[in-house]
Amino acid sequence: MAPITTLHYLIAAAALFVLGVIGVLTRRNVVIVLMSIELILNAVNLNLVAFSRLWGLHGQVFAIFVITDAAAEAAVGLGILIAFFRNKETVNVDEVDLLKW
Amino acid sequence: MFFLSHIWLIPLLPAFGAAMMFFFGRKLQKSAVSAVCVGAVVVAFIFACGTVWQYTGYAEQNHEQPYQTVVYTWLGADTGQMNYVTQDGKTAPFQVDAGFLLDPLSSIWLLFVTGVGMLIHIYSVGYMGHEGGYYRFFGYLNLFMFSMLTLILANNYALLFVGWEGVGLCSYLLIGFYFHRKSASDAANKAFIVNRIGDAGFILGMFGIAWYFGSLRFTDVNHLARSGHFAVDDPIITAATLCLFIGACGKSAQIPLYVWLPDAMEGPTPVSALIHAATMVTAGVYMVARSNALFVLAPTSMKTVAIVGALTAIFAASIGLVQNDIKRVLAYSTVSQLGYMFLALGVGAFAAGVFHVFTHAFFKALLFLGSGSVIHALSGEQDMRKMGGLADKIPTTFRTMLIGTLAIAGIPPLAGFFSKDEILWRSWLANPLLWAIGFATALMTAFYMFRLVYLTFWSPSRVDHEVEHHIHESPKSMTVPLMVLAFFSITAGWLGWPASLGGSNHFEKFLEPVFARGAEASAAETAPPASEGNRGVDLGLMVLSVLAAGVGWGMANRAYRRAEKSYVEPIAAAAPPVYDLLYNKYYVDEGYDYVFTGRRKVGDVRLGVMGLGEASSWFDSQVIDGTVNGAGWITRLSGTLSSWWDKWIIDGLLVNGPAILSRIMSYPTRMLQWGLVQWYALTMVVGLVGFVAYYAWR
Repeated sequence: MAPITTLHYLIAAAALFVLGVIGVLTRRNVVIVLMSIELILNAVNLNLVAFSRLWGLHGQVFAIFVITDAAAEAAVGLGILIAFFRNKETVNVDEVDLLKW
Repeated sequence: MFFLSHIWLIPLLPAFGAAMMFFFGRKLQKSAVSAVCVGAVVVAFIFACGTVWQYTGYAEQNHEQPYQTVVYTWLGADTGQMNYVTQDGKTAPFQVDAGFLLDPLSSIWLLFVTGVGMLIHIYSVGYMGHEGGYYRFFGYLNLFMFSMLTLILANNYALLFVGWEGVGLCSYLLIGFYFHRKSASDAANKAFIVNRIGDAGFILGMFGIAWYFGSLRFTDVNHLARSGHFAVDDPIITAATLCLFIGACGKSAQIPLYVWLPDAMEGPTPVSALIHAATMVTAGVYMVARSNALFVLAPTSMKTVAIVGALTAIFAASIGLVQNDIKRVLAYSTVSQLGYMFLALGVGAFAAGVFHVFTHAFFKALLFLGSGSVIHALSGEQDMRKMGGLADKIPTTFRTMLIGTLAIAGIPPLAGFFSKDEILWRSWLANPLLWAIGFATALMTAFYMFRLVYLTFWSPSRVDHEVEHHIHESPKSMTVPLMVLAFFSITAGWLGWPASLGGSNHFEKFLEPVFARGAEASAAETAPPASEGNRGVDLGLMVLSVLAAGVGWGMANRAYRRAEKSYVEPIAAAAPPVYDLLYNKYYVDEGYDYVFTGRRKVGDVRLGVMGLGEASSWFDSQVIDGTVNGAGWITRLSGTLSSWWDKWIIDGLLVNGPAILSRIMSYPTRMLQWGLVQWYALTMVVGLVGFVAYYAWR
């Protein structure tokens, strides 16, 4: 059994990132889009933590900031979503085109 | 003085009758209607007799002054707004009263209006007995009596005018009594409209007097006119009197306003007798005689009156020569006799004119009522060509009508002889030409009246067979008035027995206070000194006029004594064009149609005054208004063009054009921002991947 190297982490993080991007680009429900954004952020976190094994603890501190930011962002995102749902009675992202042109 | 101080009751009595008929007439029995209406006039007559009798006493004590009483002030009382400056420089209020004036002139009218009116009311009870609208007829008659009495008892021009219009209204209502007949309602309209023309003249004259004299009272005006402040031929007085005479022409049927009177015969016969022969049509004579002080100051007006009177006399008489409707003959005769009266007034013989009014009232009322009796006997036939031989069948009517005919023809000693002779004599003194016209008229009068008598009573019968069985003498209520009127037709003239026949002419003496100053002023021209030479002339003229009457009678006798069904008019035999001209009344009505009424058209264009009016109206609506509309239309067009320019060129091309252009040009750009969030995200991802790949493989 070969040891788990940084490369493995990077591959896993890249896979997670790609899943997150696909989720953002293809799903219509905003809740799932938000969840996919969390996946992307966590893929970044995984990279930060993996690199902190090589260059010190700065990466882990960054990851904690990102988690905090993700929480705040999720709160704001869900708040906008609820306000929007009250107006339009929908949470489908392709029906949100109030600001076009 | 009971009657005199209650003089206002005289017009009010028939007014009461009229009001009763107005409010309750529909529900009353015929006998009650007769009782109220005839009763009112009988009482008024008795009252009038008492009043005149008391007035003679009053006049003796008061230096022949007229009796005057004011019931209330009707216009200008206590307002202080209507002041005028009198000729002697004082300020006085202008006011019009409801006041009554009784002097010899109004006494005469009062007596014969109430007297003849009473007889005609009694006659109407019989004549109208079978007709519908009985109460309506008597209501109108009483209303007429009220208006006529107001007219003759008024003490000023304004109140006289009230009565003047009242009788005009009643005349209209009674001519149109058979209103379901178109000819009757047309005749009523004609009478009313023609009278309006005269009334306009009357009003103008009245305004002239009010403005010039500051009062409308007869006594004030006469006093001022005789005071010497005004020169003879004063232009304003001349204008005012001419205007008044236009009014008289309308009411008394003189040229050129006489056309309504012959048509007025569409009314019931008693109406023709009362209104269109005896009383109303003499209102013009009354008014001119009443204004004698003014007319004397205007010799031009006097000449106009005399000439119009003389022309009317001969004109109407010549038409009367050939008419076939018995009432129309009498109507033209009335117009002609009214012409005589105006001739007398015009030559300054006021008393003679009034005398003729007085006698004419009796014999013309008699003739009309007699013709009514004939028509009644013949079941409504009015055409003399279908009469004849009635002398034995309706003897009372025949005898009374013969008396009336003798009176109007001027056979002595009946009434017409005296009055007509007086007029002829005075016109001889004024101008022999006027006398000649009057003389010719007298000849014609005798001819057409005896023609009427021959065709109706003496010639062989031409009556239709169905009608012949029903011929009957009229009831007592009709024949008794005829007999009374016949009596007065004989005797009324004796009041004015002339000096040349050894009489003393009481009639003229009685009227002297009214005309005294007038006669003096015109003395230079006309008034005859009672010298032997004049007396001789008078006698000579009398003989001539009696001869004329006899000749007229003789000619009628020759022409119509044996008039069979196919008889030929002597005038038609001698000169057919003249006959046509006379038979068609000189085409005056047709002429008026051409000149005034606008009934004549060429194509669609009216002729005469109405045509001028229509042309003016057309010019106004088409040319003047067309110009106005054209200006408006051009303004609107330029507005429309300018608004189009603004809308399409300024706003459309210059303002909206760039906007549209940029809108079109922005289209591709806008396509990028099509609103799908995930598309934006994909763009970002692809871009990011592209950049990363570019830097990784470089």
